[in-house]
Amino acid sequence: MSRSLVIGPFNRIEGDLEVRLELSDGQVAAARVTAPLYRGFERILTGRPALDALVIAPRICGICSVAQSSAAARALGEAMDLVPPANGRAAADIILACENAADHLTHFYLFFMADFARQDYCGRPWHEEAARRYKAMAGEAAKAASAARVRFLHIMGILAGKWPHSLALQPGGITKSVDMGERMRLLAILAEFRRFLEERTFGDSLERIAALDGPKALEAWAAEKPPTAGDLRLFLDIAADLGLGRWGRGPARFLSFGGFGPADRPLFAGGLWQDGRPDVLDLGALREDLGHTWMDGDPLHPADGRTEPKTDKAEAYSWCKAPRIAGRTVEVGALARQMVAGHPLARGLVAASDGRGNIRDRVVARLLELAILVPAMERWVGLLGVDGAFCDTADMPRQAKGVGLVEAARGSLGHWLSVDGGRIGGYQIIAPTTWNFSPRDSAGNPGPLEEALVGAPVAPGQDQPLIVQHIVRSFDPCMSCTVH
Amino acid sequence: MAQEGNPGNLTVLWLQAGSCGGCTMSALGAEPDGLVASLERAGIRLLWHPSLSEEGGSATLRLLEECASGAQSVDVLCVEGAVLEGPNGTGKFQLLGGSGRPMAQWVADLAKRARYLLAVGSCASYGGLLAAMPNSLEAVGLQFAGDEAGGLLGDGWCGSGGLPVINVAGCPPHPGWLVETLMGLSLGQLRAQDLDGFGRPRFWANHLAHHGCNRNEYYEFKASAAEPSQNGCLMENLGCKATQAPGDCNLRVWNGGGSCTNGGFACINCTSPGFEEPTGSFLETPKIAGIPVGLPVDMPKAWFVALSALSKSATPERVRKNAREDRIVVPPRQRGP
Repeated sequence: MSRSLVIGPFNRIEGDLEVRLELSDGQVAAARVTAPLYRGFERILTGRPALDALVIAPRICGICSVAQSSAAARALGEAMDLVPPANGRAAADIILACENAADHLTHFYLFFMADFARQDYCGRPWHEEAARRYKAMAGEAAKAASAARVRFLHIMGILAGKWPHSLALQPGGITKSVDMGERMRLLAILAEFRRFLEERTFGDSLERIAALDGPKALEAWAAEKPPTAGDLRLFLDIAADLGLGRWGRGPARFLSFGGFGPADRPLFAGGLWQDGRPDVLDLGALREDLGHTWMDGDPLHPADGRTEPKTDKAEAYSWCKAPRIAGRTVEVGALARQMVAGHPLARGLVAASDGRGNIRDRVVARLLELAILVPAMERWVGLLGVDGAFCDTADMPRQAKGVGLVEAARGSLGHWLSVDGGRIGGYQIIAPTTWNFSPRDSAGNPGPLEEALVGAPVAPGQDQPLIVQHIVRSFDPCMSCTVH
Repeated sequence: MAQEGNPGNLTVLWLQAGSCGGCTMSALGAEPDGLVASLERAGIRLLWHPSLSEEGGSATLRLLEECASGAQSVDVLCVEGAVLEGPNGTGKFQLLGGSGRPMAQWVADLAKRARYLLAVGSCASYGGLLAAMPNSLEAVGLQFAGDEAGGLLGDGWCGSGGLPVINVAGCPPHPGWLVETLMGLSLGQLRAQDLDGFGRPRFWANHLAHHGCNRNEYYEFKASAAEPSQNGCLMENLGCKATQAPGDCNLRVWNGGGSCTNGGFACINCTSPGFEEPTGSFLETPKIAGIPVGLPVDMPKAWFVALSALSKSATPERVRKNAREDRIVVPPRQRGP
């Protein structure tokens, strides 16, 4: 028996999303992912003084605000031939890592885990504890994480003035120097956040989590204590019971622009992973396809890209463009980032899953990153020098081009800028969820989420299948960025 | 229903129209332990919030229908984001997922039932950044389009609670502005005269972002920064509009201790309609004959010019030098050793 199902509005994600499912024989046969909002930032940017991008780009997204800032600052910096000094880079890294870590925390405790507290799972051995911890707006762990997040974002108060929508990140560095008192406060905030993660999330040291080198090590670590010891263990227990490692399989190709630290020795190396091994990332082969997008035009590289809305287009069903590398989809996000960077836990988990991402592994990768990022932030505070500039300056040329590539919490973010007469001649943005939640391309290839939903089991009569909710949220979608 | 002297049980429904989600993200930072805990302590109940609630999809659509029909009472409808009326007045640039209906229609329908309507952020208040030129989105605020009264609901709209749309403006607004406004409504303490001409609660909008700026000494002596990261006043060269911008940003501070000026960058007057279209660029102060076009509010130009000249001639060497550095190079003179 076949039927179709429209799911929306989606909540506990960022922004607007609708998913249409074709069901056949109790499972998803095909999925169409719709971004139902258009905002046109690329058109708002065009014609403005070039540096105005620093004000406008962060406002594309209130949750990836610093990542958007950072990509804009880098694109402008490339156009100005300007690179931040070491102090400015370390401060900018702390600011971006703070946003990424806060986003991972928010996703896990407020957006993702709340689904396991639902009554639908009543009777499962873990349900009572999951409901006590994660119930939306009421769970004890959700509340504790909200409070920890407030305190953690005090880092932004010190370094970025405020969050979201700061102007602290500039092409030449950041807008303020950091004195000793501020460095000590940063360390105190990080120590408090570390304690939250070690006591609540992991029940173990961050270093121990970051050093887990494969699925066997993870399994052995989990078995050391009862499943209720920490939130990662409880998640692994739930994931095993529900088979979350089997569902939501991505395209087996992963992209990361890499980042943090000096360009020649980044904390996370960038690149492409496909056919079961690292591969050279050729951004020249990147095209944004508009076959099923409410926009007019041919597939173009973002350096030449255009944004021309076209609402009367029969075959279109989303405002999201469909970026492809050499005609192929890629998955982006924390799992992709750790795959490409070569973390043995990420690579081991994916290898054990046919080389494809799945619900469980995406969530594990985010928590793994929390365990990596916080110690790195502690080190970067130590790099904020007593001497040396925090910001350099240069003039904006009349004609120039620049590209800003950043890893946001949700994955690879790129800004492609051209400056014409000192003003923005063209501005194209590809955000993480543009990759993951893209519609079909002209050749009919589904986007990564569309592919990941196929095969998901849906019982007859179910109109809000939870497995679909888990798959969608496992990508931590940011539709605000998507529909820039 | 919340009434004066009967605190608590205020119900709040929250919708995201054409938004970046940043107002919600800011609100989650409410001190000391987040938005949900802050509202809970005040007896304010979120009926539904897109980022926080358990239910979505068809259950949410049923709830919205009940709110629109009056079966479920709504004390406060919070709208985050600009209302998109485009293309060509159809509202199709934003359809509420699963419903096939424009968000603009949902907002208009629900506004008829809510006792109070609260615009969260400058987009919902005035159109904000989404209404920036060329405004092909046809983005408007709930009761203003830019600085013109009207917007989605029209100049005359007034809720059954007796107030026009309450504009908790800002890009994003401070979490305290939102939480305290909701608490004020819950306790019946926010009256029509407590809103300014642009619908902003006066408890924060009667201040200027300049008040309490940590660069005050540089401002007083017109000792200005020329480049980002320098200590000096940001008004003369770097685009700062804090002397014109409604907000207590430097009195209550952000994220535990920050503010735009404290962070070293210009206030862009984000609480005001039209902030998205500055004269010239955001980060450079437009000047005519060396004098900033945008003067501090309530200050006659001749006096500003005269006082600036006097201040500059009286600037201590310490202040002059430190203004162009990113650290204090000349400390205040010590008494004694």
